[in-house]
Amino acid sequence: MLIVGIETSSTQVSCALGGPDGVLAASQVNRGQRHAELLSPMIGQLCAAAGVSLDSVNAVAVGVGPGLFTGLRVGLATAKAMAFGLGVPVIGVGSLELVAFPVRFAPCRIVAVTDARRSEVFWARFSGGMDGVEAFGPSQVGSPAELRAELDAELDADGAGAGHLLVGDGALRYREVLAADGVEFANSALAHPSAWALVQVARSRASVSSTVPPQDVHPVYLRQPDAEANWVQRPTSEAPRS
Amino acid sequence: MVVLGIETSCDDTAASVLARRADGTLEVLSSVVSSQIDLHARYGGVVPEVASRAHIDRIIPVLAEAMREAHVQRGDLDAIAATIGPGLVGSLLVGVSAAKALSLVWGVPFVGVNHLEGHLFAPLLEEQDVAFPLLVLLVSGGHTMLLGMFGPGDYRLMGRTLDDAAGEAFDKVARYLGLGYPGGPVIDRLATEGDLSAIAFPRSMLHDGLDFSFSGLKTSVVNYVRRHPEVAATDVAASFQEAAVDVLVHKARLAASQIGAVGMSLAGGVAANTRLRARWAAAAKADGRRAHLPSLAYCTDNAAMVAAAGLWRLAELGPTPLDCGVDPNLSLAALL
Repeated sequence: MLIVGIETSSTQVSCALGGPDGVLAASQVNRGQRHAELLSPMIGQLCAAAGVSLDSVNAVAVGVGPGLFTGLRVGLATAKAMAFGLGVPVIGVGSLELVAFPVRFAPCRIVAVTDARRSEVFWARFSGGMDGVEAFGPSQVGSPAELRAELDAELDADGAGAGHLLVGDGALRYREVLAADGVEFANSALAHPSAWALVQVARSRASVSSTVPPQDVHPVYLRQPDAEANWVQRPTSEAPRS
Repeated sequence: MVVLGIETSCDDTAASVLARRADGTLEVLSSVVSSQIDLHARYGGVVPEVASRAHIDRIIPVLAEAMREAHVQRGDLDAIAATIGPGLVGSLLVGVSAAKALSLVWGVPFVGVNHLEGHLFAPLLEEQDVAFPLLVLLVSGGHTMLLGMFGPGDYRLMGRTLDDAAGEAFDKVARYLGLGYPGGPVIDRLATEGDLSAIAFPRSMLHDGLDFSFSGLKTSVVNYVRRHPEVAATDVAASFQEAAVDVLVHKARLAASQIGAVGMSLAGGVAANTRLRARWAAAAKADGRRAHLPSLAYCTDNAAMVAAAGLWRLAELGPTPLDCGVDPNLSLAALL
């Protein structure tokens, strides 16, 4: 089983190759918004370095967001077209799950928090274990203060519970808002979703019918386009001039 | 040589398979266009984020349909061409990313195409014996320019709009008249029932070189309708359209004579306008030039023209490196 992983939903561009025994090769660049320029050559170089031919790939895994829209779509378009071109299926994995995955052994609840721009964050809560992380509750978008309120409510309910480990670039950016007793922060090396995590997660899903044809994998935006939101909120009395 | 072309620069997701036969003739094996007009109509124009989202949903079905219609498999393609600009950055990225990925997995060259150059190849898709120099009027919602084409890759920019594109003027007038979006087809239709000499709208810069200006025409239509609210929309549409077409045809004839053009070709979305097509054919005939009027499907955005331009670029200049980006402001000047 050979999997190509693509994760571009943050400021970081990353790709990886996963084999039957784990990660064969991984590459990541976090330098400017150059996703479209970097991604395809990176995949080619990675395959060459690992001595792997793309023809032998069995599935393409991709981080489906939520994240930064433009980078996310570069990854989705690349992954879909690679899978279409090779005649193999796609495995879509949520990008917040990929942020949580590297800290799966933490003995507390994990909250993946990524920077959503516009003074907001994306977040989702997970519990970790040997095989990976499991989400409880949906992926959300909102202000750091809203997330803080949600965490406070839970800490109050748990009393002196196990606490929370916050991981992701959103947690670090809004650390001052989110810091509290019982809240720990993972370091900046784990700030972005990575293809390295993606191929490990995807490997366990490749066999359990989580794969889909390339046209059936969709990005998770969590936000409407501005025009659509404004349209829904427009005053109903507004009529075109005639 | 069989090329897959991909075009996602604005609000059409398009893919095409084009073959060049041993004798050099081009054959369009398929040209699939998934239009997003229905998604953007209520906003009165193309919304970039809505367009990008639709492209990502549609790119694979459109690619699959283009290959199915052309009866080609993945091993049959020799190159992938995609529009790298000008256009909406988020839209361009979807097509270019997909094209690069296909180039990578199929081990065939990628070639980036300037959308404007693509339009210039439209007349070559249906006629094998196009003679140069050719005068091309590229006229759409985003562009209005007169170009001398002395052969593939050999162009001279002769005139361009200094403000609005002609298609933009059609859209804005239609919006003001409450006719909806896009404005071109509805004005075209209404105009057939109106009097084209009912209102004397200005012919801006008619005797002032080869550049265009359409923003004054749009304003004078708005002012006229404001002063004469009882005027028939059909007469406004016909008179406005005639003023625009007058200027376009007049300057095209001038430019054609300056370069001694053998033929005159229309390209771009406004080339679908029936009045412009009729006047174009008549003008070419009167001047002893051959009129090239590409099918409507090749005037509006399509991927066959991108494949044709890509095929030529690849043969002359070689492939584009996979680390190239998109350029939303790419101009034709890069090709001159």
